[in-house]
Amino acid sequence: MNASTKIGIGTPLSRVDGVDKVTGAAPYAAEYNVANLLYGVTVSSRIAKGKITAIDEAAARAVPGVVDILSHANRPKQAWLDRSWKDELSIPGEPFKAFHDAQILFAGQPIAVVVAETFEAARFAASLLEVTYEGEAHNIDFEASLAEKFLPKPGSRRNNYHPPKSRGDAQAAFNEAAVSHEATYHLAPEHHNPMEMHATTVEWHGDGKVTVYDKNQGSQGVQAYLASAFGLGKKNVRVVNAYVGGGFGSGLRPQWQVQVATMATIHLERSVRVVMTRAQMFTHGYRPECTYTVKLGAEHTGKLTSIMGDATTSTSRFENNMEDIVTWGMMNYASPNIHGEYAIAPRDTYTSADMRAPGAATGMTLFEIAIDEMAYKAKVDPLEFRLINYSEVDGMNQTPFTSKALREAYREGAERFDWDQRSPEPRSMKEGRELIGWGVATGMWDAQFSKTSASAKLNANGHLEVACATSDIGTGTYTVMVQVAADTLGVAPEQITAKLGDSDLPTAPVEGGSWGAASTGAAVQLACETIAKKLFKAAGKMDSKPLGDAKFEDVEFVEGTIRRKDAGGQPLALTEVMRASEFTVIEAEETASPGIGGMISMAQKSRNTHSAIFCEVRVDEELNQVRVTRIVNAVAAGRIINPKTARSQILGGVTMGIGMALHEETFADARLGRWMNHSFAEYHIPAQADIHDIEVIFVDEPDAEVTPLGVKGLGEIGIVGTAAAVANAIYHATGTRVRSLPITIDKLMG
Amino acid sequence: MNEAVTLDRASGARVASEPIGSIPLAFTLNGEARHLHVSPWTTLLDLLRDTLDLTGSKKGCDHGQCGACTVLIDGKRMNSCLKLAVTLDGHDVTTIEGLGQPGDLHPLQAAFIEHDAFQCGYCTPGQICSAQGLINEGHAKNREDVREQMSGNLCRCGAYPNIADAVLEVLGTEKSE
Repeated sequence: MNASTKIGIGTPLSRVDGVDKVTGAAPYAAEYNVANLLYGVTVSSRIAKGKITAIDEAAARAVPGVVDILSHANRPKQAWLDRSWKDELSIPGEPFKAFHDAQILFAGQPIAVVVAETFEAARFAASLLEVTYEGEAHNIDFEASLAEKFLPKPGSRRNNYHPPKSRGDAQAAFNEAAVSHEATYHLAPEHHNPMEMHATTVEWHGDGKVTVYDKNQGSQGVQAYLASAFGLGKKNVRVVNAYVGGGFGSGLRPQWQVQVATMATIHLERSVRVVMTRAQMFTHGYRPECTYTVKLGAEHTGKLTSIMGDATTSTSRFENNMEDIVTWGMMNYASPNIHGEYAIAPRDTYTSADMRAPGAATGMTLFEIAIDEMAYKAKVDPLEFRLINYSEVDGMNQTPFTSKALREAYREGAERFDWDQRSPEPRSMKEGRELIGWGVATGMWDAQFSKTSASAKLNANGHLEVACATSDIGTGTYTVMVQVAADTLGVAPEQITAKLGDSDLPTAPVEGGSWGAASTGAAVQLACETIAKKLFKAAGKMDSKPLGDAKFEDVEFVEGTIRRKDAGGQPLALTEVMRASEFTVIEAEETASPGIGGMISMAQKSRNTHSAIFCEVRVDEELNQVRVTRIVNAVAAGRIINPKTARSQILGGVTMGIGMALHEETFADARLGRWMNHSFAEYHIPAQADIHDIEVIFVDEPDAEVTPLGVKGLGEIGIVGTAAAVANAIYHATGTRVRSLPITIDKLMG
Repeated sequence: MNEAVTLDRASGARVASEPIGSIPLAFTLNGEARHLHVSPWTTLLDLLRDTLDLTGSKKGCDHGQCGACTVLIDGKRMNSCLKLAVTLDGHDVTTIEGLGQPGDLHPLQAAFIEHDAFQCGYCTPGQICSAQGLINEGHAKNREDVREQMSGNLCRCGAYPNIADAVLEVLGTEKSE
């Protein structure tokens, strides 16, 4: 169909769920006030490792309103085998099972839930539970854990892990290089901290049937998990996540509150709600801590001859979480000799997890600081250095990209930022008491596509409903679905309703990996195309032959009508076709999948988004306070469905990147084995005053091959590299190179 | 008239009940006089969310650190998680539900939609109530003021520039710094 006359894709439609969100009408997981509801408050382990020897419940049970207390000692039957606890994104190891036995694996581990008629009674009673432990030696210190680092064997690695591919003799090239750089970089652990705390309201319907209102990024994954773990049968479990108060990866895997709430519901045969406290939001996944040694060799011109990376990230003792860390630099730059090493180090915390652009946000960002250092050593402008080493193909896999408009991103970003006005020397720009620094970095992320189904239903009155079990974690999926449907069928957005976030809807994977818009969009388009074909067929049966002898290819769907592209005849209203055919409704369900051609293309070509981030910082010369006063992020991410929500995605990624650069760090207390700063007062995320001018540019990047809609996805690319641009700007401002993120004032004081 | 706070969970209906130690509370909520009995340990936030089914006020930390629960008390912005309900006798409380409804949006609500000043939407009611409080205070004159004075409301999705745009539009002030 001819897209040029369509409304929908490419227009800055305001979020279709906007009214519900700004009026407070949109219900999140803890906001379904179902009848007969009980409140569960979870008790967390005070020790990091060992076992529970006794739980004295007497005082807690004496609190008026307390209904029951569940722990490993009296929990109902649940699956014993680890394989019954696998989730959609399980990783090798033993998945955590709340209240499974007396063992303590990490501080803050949920060990009991107090269930009461009111939240207040449950909270008070939970504080009265007397738990006795037998502690064991533990370690949560990352440096100490490196002594135990290891590389899981192929076959026991997580699914989406890509081992680095080495080529040439990188060590020899490094040794012989005219210009070389070697340094070790570090990223602190970070916790996702979506604004909505993980919460579950389980509605008990009797006869083992439940509806689970849960905060997650994939309703059907949680449905399958609960059905398996509690032996419920899928048909008895419906999971709803219509509104999700942020995810950033924390909802990719089922979190423990959904286990606890479901367990209590089954046991008590009453509806139960369990909400994590903010402190408990630090008792599940987090972005792994990372140490990354980069070695670079180059000719005098700055042309890279060797890239070497050796990284280790943290995991737990019970699961092996692996990320692609060293691969990004090797993929993004051209070098004849490359070598990568990667390992994981176990410690006594919960398993680390995917957090916004897992692997790349760490590996690409740290590598881009190393590239900046190398540019200075080679005495080449940092942007020019990147252009000298620009790779037209995936530098590690040696495969072509479906598209790579990074060069254009560098150019457009530099122009907007006025990069050519930069004075090369560090500490050479100043205004008042503030040193000014300009830095640049590159971002790179995957452009993925995942098999997804969607349905479409056109009613006789012209109203269209599209549905898919996918999630909208703030990404704008509701809006994207409406826009793609409007574009395909020519129905006005106000006439379209999008439904998602319900395991009863057509099959979709978790919302993650930035594949949501491309995959859900493609499925909605297919379902709407099927409706279009059915309408066309029905129109052909109309006695008046309103479209004449036109074939399907000869017509277009615009403004609620079918009309001939050659402008012959009158536009035919869709409602008129429905009426003439005596249809009350036309329905279709379709599945978008890569197909055989797509699979071949995936093997032969790399599919990535890219970005160029330019950053200005101002650093108080005496106090070392850093302000990020200006960022230009030029993004090459294929086709943009909605410029307004797309920009917001990048703003959000950049903001989290500024947090990574300056604020975010979860501190480990090695003595107690706990995360120390488990609150918003002490775990700093950027606040309004921290964020100044951020400009987003979308570079033109037509790509018919990457996904059916040419969409690459935007949820993650905004964070990748941003912290490096900030770090590089800080170096340019101050002359102080900090290799450990976040760059806090103490590190700048040296 | 005394309205009891406890839901009959079996039927979902609100019925008279007198929890032990309950304290009478008379206040105005979204323009309506309310007479309740509340427990001394119940926060305004939990009263709104769990008992009165006004879930627009969000719980993001329960410690007064994130601002998601911001409501207006006598026109002043307040973290409702830090306010015990019993202290509100005689006061006037406005929540997001009282500012505007679908079909009758408050100018801030409309501006938040227009400027895409949210993504997940969870901090949004608190941001909007806080922005109304900021307008009532009358101190914010420009973008820098808005950024500083809206910093009690965290947004993990990073919608800050759009939030500032939306607030500035309603403030009717120059957008430039």
